[in-house]
Amino acid sequence: MGREIERVAGIPVVQIATIIPIMLTVGANRIVPGIAIPHPTGDPDLGPERDRAVREELVMRSLGALATDVAEQTVFEK
Amino acid sequence: MSESNEKKIRVVHYINQFFAGIGGEEKADCEPLSKQEAMGPGMALKAKLAPEAEVVGTVICGDGYYGEHTNDARERCLSLIKAFEPDVVVAGPAFAAGRYGFACGDIASSVTERLGVPALTAMYEENPGVALYAKKTYILPCGDNARGVAEAAGRMAAFAKKLVAGEVKGPARVEGYFPRGVRKNFVHEQPGGERAVEMLLSRLRGEAFRTEYEMPVFNKIPPAPALKDLKNATIALVCSGGIVPMGNPDRIRVSSAESFGIYDISGVSDLTPDKYESIHGGYERAFANRDPDVILPLDVMRAFEKQGVFGKLHDKFYSTTGTGTAVSFAEQFGREIGEELKQSGVDAVILTST
Repeated sequence: MGREIERVAGIPVVQIATIIPIMLTVGANRIVPGIAIPHPTGDPDLGPERDRAVREELVMRSLGALATDVAEQTVFEK
Repeated sequence: MSESNEKKIRVVHYINQFFAGIGGEEKADCEPLSKQEAMGPGMALKAKLAPEAEVVGTVICGDGYYGEHTNDARERCLSLIKAFEPDVVVAGPAFAAGRYGFACGDIASSVTERLGVPALTAMYEENPGVALYAKKTYILPCGDNARGVAEAAGRMAAFAKKLVAGEVKGPARVEGYFPRGVRKNFVHEQPGGERAVEMLLSRLRGEAFRTEYEMPVFNKIPPAPALKDLKNATIALVCSGGIVPMGNPDRIRVSSAESFGIYDISGVSDLTPDKYESIHGGYERAFANRDPDVILPLDVMRAFEKQGVFGKLHDKFYSTTGTGTAVSFAEQFGREIGEELKQSGVDAVILTST
């Protein structure tokens, strides 16, 4: 789905997801590893404040990935 | 009753201008016509069909004409074919010829779809006609040039007779045609667990094994250029984690989704569990249903928008469930969402998946 959005719209797509090999297989070009399958953009076990901080960091990293030129599939680690 | 008195299977053969002896590229604009006889590769076909089947007519169209006037060519060829009252239609073989492969695939699939008559063709595995039509008709593999005509004719004749008799029942690789993507249920004499262990042992021993569940092949594309100006960019949120307004108004399936939803979030600054929920059938939803932002980070996106980290959050989000969802549907959703984002002037996407 992400790859087709990127192809059709010609705009960068960053995918936040937990299982990186699947993202690489389906052709995602900008990948940010998620926290866990049932909560990719948060970590509720850490309590509300740290959950929010985790999400902010992930979203900031994702925005950074969108603003970064890549030549091939790239995983943006922390 | 002697064999000569039995009703023979009526076969109509479709070929292009080249194999009909009309001419090469200079005659590729040849319009549809028919002959009441076997011609060109049809002579080999005729020999292999005998005695129980015969070529009752040949329909011919130039490859250029079929490619450039496809609707017209198809309609005229179909009516010429129908006039011969065939029991089965054989097209080609097209070998590696791309336009001929397209025409053969198109006419064979149309004959079955429109006239209800079984049909088949043959072409080289790399002919683009295979990718276009393998799911719509029977395409038998053949060589990449006309030297393979005798062998191809033999296989096509045998397959045509089997098709008319309703005896093409086994899987594609056994029956000898390119897989159509059709799965048939049957009772295997050996339980699945035993077959899986045997497959694993074969693999460990470095022996050949055949998967019973072929994985799809995914395409890759060159990455889109980066955002030049994040501060003025409009960014959209998309998710395959099944976040929808409470009650799932669009009835998106919990798994094997065949649709996606578009939801207005203008003015929404947080996804709260009284208004949004996860309907995804493939992960533990407790976290998402306490705070949907752990799947779709709207709260943080809205905060960053206010702080001026980026320009604007697109006022709609797009959502489906990515579990057991057919790749073809996922790609279709992507195309439809992509078109809409393009028209809305969205500059980039954050897609979250579970």
